[in-house]
Amino acid sequence: MSGTHSLVVEGLSLGYGERTVIEGLDLLVPPGRITAIVGANACGKSTLLRSMSRLLSPRAGHVLLDGREVHRTPAKELARTLGLLPQSPIAPEGITVGDLVGRGRHPHQGVFSRWSREDDAAVAAALEATQTTVLADRAVDELSGGQRQRVWIAMALAQQTDLLLLDEPTTFLDVAHQVEVLDLLTDLNRARGTTIVMVLHDLNLAARYADHLVAVAGGRVHASGEPGQVLTEDCVRAVFGLESRVIADPTSGRPLMLPLGRHHTQAPAGTA
Amino acid sequence: MTAVLAPSAATVDAVGRARGRRSSRRRLVITVLSVLVVGVLAATLMVGRTFYPPGDVLRVVLGEQVPGASFTVGRLRLPRGVLAVVAGLSFGLAGVTFQTMLRNPLASPDVIGISSGASAAAVFGIVVLSLSGTAVSTLAVAAALGVALLIYGLAYRNGVAGSRLVLIGIGIGAMLTSVVNYVLTRAGQWDYQEALRWLTGSLNGTTWEAVLPALVALAVLAPVLLGQTRNLGALQLGDDTASALGVRVERTRLVAIVTAVGLVAFATAACGPIAFVSFLAGPIAARVVGPNGSLLVPAALVGALLVLVADLVGQFGLGTRFPVGVVTGVLGAPYLIYLIIRTNRAGGSL
Repeated sequence: MSGTHSLVVEGLSLGYGERTVIEGLDLLVPPGRITAIVGANACGKSTLLRSMSRLLSPRAGHVLLDGREVHRTPAKELARTLGLLPQSPIAPEGITVGDLVGRGRHPHQGVFSRWSREDDAAVAAALEATQTTVLADRAVDELSGGQRQRVWIAMALAQQTDLLLLDEPTTFLDVAHQVEVLDLLTDLNRARGTTIVMVLHDLNLAARYADHLVAVAGGRVHASGEPGQVLTEDCVRAVFGLESRVIADPTSGRPLMLPLGRHHTQAPAGTA
Repeated sequence: MTAVLAPSAATVDAVGRARGRRSSRRRLVITVLSVLVVGVLAATLMVGRTFYPPGDVLRVVLGEQVPGASFTVGRLRLPRGVLAVVAGLSFGLAGVTFQTMLRNPLASPDVIGISSGASAAAVFGIVVLSLSGTAVSTLAVAAALGVALLIYGLAYRNGVAGSRLVLIGIGIGAMLTSVVNYVLTRAGQWDYQEALRWLTGSLNGTTWEAVLPALVALAVLAPVLLGQTRNLGALQLGDDTASALGVRVERTRLVAIVTAVGLVAFATAACGPIAFVSFLAGPIAARVVGPNGSLLVPAALVGALLVLVADLVGQFGLGTRFPVGVVTGVLGAPYLIYLIIRTNRAGGSL
């Protein structure tokens, strides 16, 4: 069932008010893989992600899920296949972890339908996958940032979608928690074949964890493909306007970008 | 991570048990509140200048003729008590809907000027246009919807932020209250009691003709609103999250606003804007229920209880007879001040 859905963006243009953010963008999300979208601030990464999950209507172009236009698909039906974790979701005051994760079941429930054992099982699976079972009865506002992010991912998992879009799932987390979240998403991808698309700020983590890297600049895809081919010094210059060195990460072999500012550009005297 | 596909039975059971605990707490609160509402309503029917025993009251309610009681209970106390319940349910339900939807405890219809809109239209209709009955209700509903749309429109800038809407609403509310004041001063033949109805709300002199539109509105609109319970629950997580969960955000918001405004307007046309009931019912319900699911039904019941008890206190507890809105106003104002102080400490934004 998983890893077979195709998500394609064709000639997409997006904007707010007078401002155009994305113009004529094409993108093909490889099924069953992890895709990371990177780009400068305000380049339209989040806007693109929001539109891919029906939150923002296109000015032109299409977002096609299995050949069907996302913006014409009934909301609940879409939400059973495609999940989205926005950048800053809001936890109601005092809500428990179990209750919050349970809200992920919304697209599977009717207006007055009762909770089923199946719903409980989906919530339990989401808690176990994110190792938040022990937190189930705690209030979300008492949790640390890393725990809270895992809980939100659990909510998205309870939705049981084959595609999961995440808007900067690692913001506000320290480096250990960032890695923890990305490991969790990788586990999910490998165990269930869930197609993952995420916007990431950290280029090196994106290159490390993504199978497919998409660099967005000027409202279009500047480059996309395997991280080794996409993350180059030229690409960083074109997308971020930054001089850099890109070397091979000694552990994973993936590209590792070292930014060069105006200072610290010379090796100190006496070394190499 | 081996357990991604099949969770352990123990966890599934634990999840089910926790859910059971949450819903049974909620059910218990709803049961207790319902019993209290019925109990206090019964008390208001019995107590007064003349006391009637439960047996007499029951016979009147069932439609039998009881000398004395038929008039006092059937014509005076029963419509008053029923309107207290209907208005309380309407205000409570509408208030908690707005507060939930806008994620802000200050965003209740009586704080953001929607009740004032209904009130101003009603008093204008009665005093200036010499309307009565259904015409007054219709005017109040139209004005309340107009005010709601106006506030929504003024607060709209790439979506609606709760705090901006609250501030604009408070301003509009102040303007509308001054309209009420002005119209009242122009109507010389009005007595103090009648004037207070439109300033703070009152149940004095309630007739069945006044109760009926509010009762019908509640019967029609409350089920529509309750049908949105799950969507409103998802909306609490933010518009984007709700949308990702398959909620049609704008549609849910439109249905909720129209029904909640309708409830407030019909109730206001019957008994005036009983101060702070919408504002207080939700937070009180939240305290009692805890984070255990939807507050719609509990808040409606708390609203009914507030109006019933405040009316009893206003009639018999304070020496002179005060209209119900004065009592709820005295209760609500300190809480409003507390909320504003607390949000100020929390960092300035509402």
